[in-house]
Amino acid sequence: MNTFDAPTIEYFTVSPILIVLGVATLGVLIEAFVPRGRRYLVQVVLSLVGLLAAIVTTVIVFNRLNPGAKTPKGGKVVAMGALAADGPALFCWLLILVLAVLSVLLFAERHLEGGVTSFAGQAAALPGTEAEREASTKGLEHTEVFPLLMFAVAGMLMFPAAIVLLAVCVALEVLSLPLYLLCGLARRRRLLSQEAAMKYFLLGAFSSGFFVYGIALVYGYSGSMEFAEIAEAVSAQTGSEGLLLGGIALMAVGLLFKVGAVPFHNWTPDVYQGAPTAVTAFMAASTKVAAFGALLRLFYVAFGANRTEWLPMIWIVAILTMVVGSVLALTQTDIKRLLAYSSIAHAGFILTGFLGIRSLNVVPGGSLTGISAVLFYLTTYAFTTIAAFALVTVVRDGGGEATSLARWQGLGKESPLVAGLFAFLLLAMAGIPLTSGFTGKWAVFAAALSAGAWPVVIVAVLASAVAAYFYVKVIVLMFFSEPIGEGPSVTNPSVLTGSVIAVGVAATLLLGIVPGSLIDLLGRVGVFIR
Amino acid sequence: MPADGLLAASWLLIALPLAGAAVLLLGGRRTDRWGHLLGTATVVASFVIGLLCTFQLAGLEEKSVGVDLFTFISAGSLDVRAGLLYDPLSAVFVLLITGVGSLIHIYSIGYMAHDPGRRRFFAYLNLFIAAMLLLVLGNSFVALYVGWEGVGLASYLLIAFWYTRPAAATAAKKAFIMNRVGDVGLTLAIFLMFSQLGTTSYSGVFGSVGTLAGGTVTALGLLLLLGACGKSGQFPLQAWLPDAMEGPTPVSALIHAATMVTAGVYLIVRSQFIFEYTSDARLAVAIIGTITLLMGAWIGCAKDDIKKVLAGSTMSQIGYMILAAGLGVFGYAFAIFHLLMHGFFKANMFLGAGSVMHGTNDDVNMRHYGALRKAMPVTFITFAMGYLAIIGFPGFDGFWSKDKIIETALSQNLTLGLCALLGAGVTGFYMTRLMLLTFFTKERWEPDVHPHESPKVMTVPLMVLAALSLLGGLVLLNDWIVTFLSPVTGEAPHEDPPLPALAISAIAVIVVAIGVALAWFLVGKREVSRTAPEKVSVFTAAGRNDLYGDAFNDLVIVEPGKSFTGGLAAFDRGTVDGGFEGTGRALSGLSGALRLAQNGFVRSYALSLLAGAALVLLALVVVNLA
Repeated sequence: MNTFDAPTIEYFTVSPILIVLGVATLGVLIEAFVPRGRRYLVQVVLSLVGLLAAIVTTVIVFNRLNPGAKTPKGGKVVAMGALAADGPALFCWLLILVLAVLSVLLFAERHLEGGVTSFAGQAAALPGTEAEREASTKGLEHTEVFPLLMFAVAGMLMFPAAIVLLAVCVALEVLSLPLYLLCGLARRRRLLSQEAAMKYFLLGAFSSGFFVYGIALVYGYSGSMEFAEIAEAVSAQTGSEGLLLGGIALMAVGLLFKVGAVPFHNWTPDVYQGAPTAVTAFMAASTKVAAFGALLRLFYVAFGANRTEWLPMIWIVAILTMVVGSVLALTQTDIKRLLAYSSIAHAGFILTGFLGIRSLNVVPGGSLTGISAVLFYLTTYAFTTIAAFALVTVVRDGGGEATSLARWQGLGKESPLVAGLFAFLLLAMAGIPLTSGFTGKWAVFAAALSAGAWPVVIVAVLASAVAAYFYVKVIVLMFFSEPIGEGPSVTNPSVLTGSVIAVGVAATLLLGIVPGSLIDLLGRVGVFIR
Repeated sequence: MPADGLLAASWLLIALPLAGAAVLLLGGRRTDRWGHLLGTATVVASFVIGLLCTFQLAGLEEKSVGVDLFTFISAGSLDVRAGLLYDPLSAVFVLLITGVGSLIHIYSIGYMAHDPGRRRFFAYLNLFIAAMLLLVLGNSFVALYVGWEGVGLASYLLIAFWYTRPAAATAAKKAFIMNRVGDVGLTLAIFLMFSQLGTTSYSGVFGSVGTLAGGTVTALGLLLLLGACGKSGQFPLQAWLPDAMEGPTPVSALIHAATMVTAGVYLIVRSQFIFEYTSDARLAVAIIGTITLLMGAWIGCAKDDIKKVLAGSTMSQIGYMILAAGLGVFGYAFAIFHLLMHGFFKANMFLGAGSVMHGTNDDVNMRHYGALRKAMPVTFITFAMGYLAIIGFPGFDGFWSKDKIIETALSQNLTLGLCALLGAGVTGFYMTRLMLLTFFTKERWEPDVHPHESPKVMTVPLMVLAALSLLGGLVLLNDWIVTFLSPVTGEAPHEDPPLPALAISAIAVIVVAIGVALAWFLVGKREVSRTAPEKVSVFTAAGRNDLYGDAFNDLVIVEPGKSFTGGLAAFDRGTVDGGFEGTGRALSGLSGALRLAQNGFVRSYALSLLAGAALVLLALVVVNLA
């Protein structure tokens, strides 16, 4: 007779995920039971409280890893071997949760649209119909975005921590599905938004198909879903090589799609442009963190033993990503598309750091590992990007956000503060010293160089030079061009968006000037457990 | 040996004039009234300290005293301590610099009395004294280099003191740029020392230079010679020195005659431990010296500008010193001896020339002088002392010092010795010509000029220097100067000259006498025209044009340099900028082409995703097969 063993769950260790999921579920109930008028406040407060609680528990769990000690414990495998709560996972959690707090603040912004959020009043109403106008005049708004955000965050937390292929797959879908929805909820330019959502969904589903097929092949090769056992099988070289290679290739496609690497990047500009800017900010920052966390863990832990076979493929992808991202950004005329291509180029730089994989016993003390470098770059990139998109939301004209670059001409005269901050963030993305962009690039280049990937680093440096051109071009546009017509106008945001900008800019500056303590921390915790 | 007593405070020597310069430059117009007095006082104080230090040094057993100050540069394996070295060589220089410097400061009080920039002038002079003292007192080549650049700066500032005159501004730039050429040599020599020996201190290089390969030592010697050529106006970097006379005359006396331009001689003598290992470089030094001494004398013969004649003579006399230094251990002490004597009589004559100009409304053309001995008796007498000293009249400074060089040269290298002898004769000619044109012959004054004697503040320094021109040779008594310097220059083995010393002296005096007589017949006996004759021999024309040094530089350096930089600029515009902008355009074009793939159709995107997947798989398979 079959017996059913109750699973043992280390509830406290996984409590950040549980709290976020709980809040998300609660949010759904609120939509059902709380009167429309109060939902906004309740949802925002609940989300923030939940995220802050998750941050607190993450910090406590993080401290229990004892990262300050000479020999950190490294973490533990929890939830019946489904998740690993180790240094990289917990760092990703912390980063994603902080970014989620900032995203909630952006989602909750109501000043810019005159008292309502920037999400569609009634998503079911067809664009341009009477129903839409009615929803608009009634001041309707979709507060479901908050639970959707929380579900996505829960998926993102699981993604870099999952050490069973099934859990990875589930996490991928949990983080993706809410994002597809959120992308289609823009209040303005709804057709563009819905098209973006549709494209993102179709292509996301397509790539998930690759990913799942890859899982099947790897399972066929190793007979296991668990990373540790797959790693054993890979190093023992049992089974058919073809299955393994196919599995690696298809799983790589799924993950590289999520991070927006070339040639799986096509969705990025269309979706970044069409999605509500707050959602774009959230996606650009948090999804990258989660997806790279998962990519690192899967390739370093499960496939680390035969890295000589897949590293050349990553070299090619990294080079393509940097070159295509930088070159395509040159001719963009829309600030959101420009930032999208910029994020593609950044994915290439992160992949460069990813090439810094080395055996643990050959890494000299104090030098940057690939893991530490990638996590550091993700931190710098995420804060800069979220602040940049937040600034995009405040430059507006009659039709909502003025995303056409032509409308940004002469912004320096209209609002020196906004233009100045944006220029600073652009310089950071270009990797100018005294910004986090410089230290981040330095970290990934150093990691890749010490692992012998110097050709990629050369391409990366050249791509940085090309990228600097289009970043600086925007600065020139803002400060040295005459405004066209009435010129752009800057709507003063509430303290919500303002604080996101402040935090992002402060992090960009601080990580540029005093990156030492974070790099030290990552050097101590940047080790995966197996 | 570490210093004690006053020697431990020898840094005051440098600090005092430096503080003087700082006060005068930072104090601005508030210091206008008493600035010149402060400037003079600091140098006189330095002289007194230098005198006392030298007395203390003379009483010591080991005549080399080090004063360690602080760490100057510490980077990697480069560790340069800032410290001073007080030994007989630096002592001689300290006394020359501060002694002659004091006299010239005092003289300048009178000479610059009516110049609105007098405070600035004294500030720069003080700066020069401080830098020059650092140059000779530093205990390493790096310290020497700092002083070397310091005097270069002071020289530049002082040549361009009347910077509103285009000629002065141009001359200053010329001096600075040509000095840079020499400085590069010195810099490279220091780099070479550091890379090969790991040290730049005199004691460190002294201890380890013997381990170097012969070629390296020769390279080191030639690079140092290049540095010396720049600073000392030696061939082929001589062209700046005549132009440098655009500065106020006391500057010409102090910097471009008595002290700074002799720094090259100091450098070579100080580096004798390097030159002792390379006879090739020594020979190069001697040849350069000989060429320059003849060139300078030639130029001196042809000029009508009294200061230019003296400038040519300075080149020539330094040529003697360089020649002596190139003779190795036989000549070092005599090079310094002549340097000291030259410091006295040349400062004397430059200040005398300044006094003449003071009395003739700053006219420098000797064809406008004549018979000034009656109008300016003190200037005439003192100048005559300098004249007798430079031509080597028996008993005067130059007789002793130049004689020693000619004697040593003849015994070491007959050709060079004969050239030096010839030079002495030419010196007799052009200096006599200068004397005759200025103080004898008929009056050729400008109508509104009424020559008059200079004030006491100017004539007293002249008298002191005249006395030194007459009596300076006494330091050779009992070979005192040679013995005093021997801890630094080494002791020469005894060698018999080809002829008895007395005979050589006699020959030299006869050669000089021939030169003087020629001048008497060619200049003194004839009518001197007020304008320079147009039809002259090629030799005179060449001399008037500084032996075409500028034309040579223009042809060989400036014009090719201009073409080269022009080519570089064209290359920059065409190839670099063009390549850069072309790359930019190409990237934009590529961007435009790639954009076409971003057509917005999800079916195309899915297709490219599929192609990407194939690419990834292909990459994996290819690597696996390989």
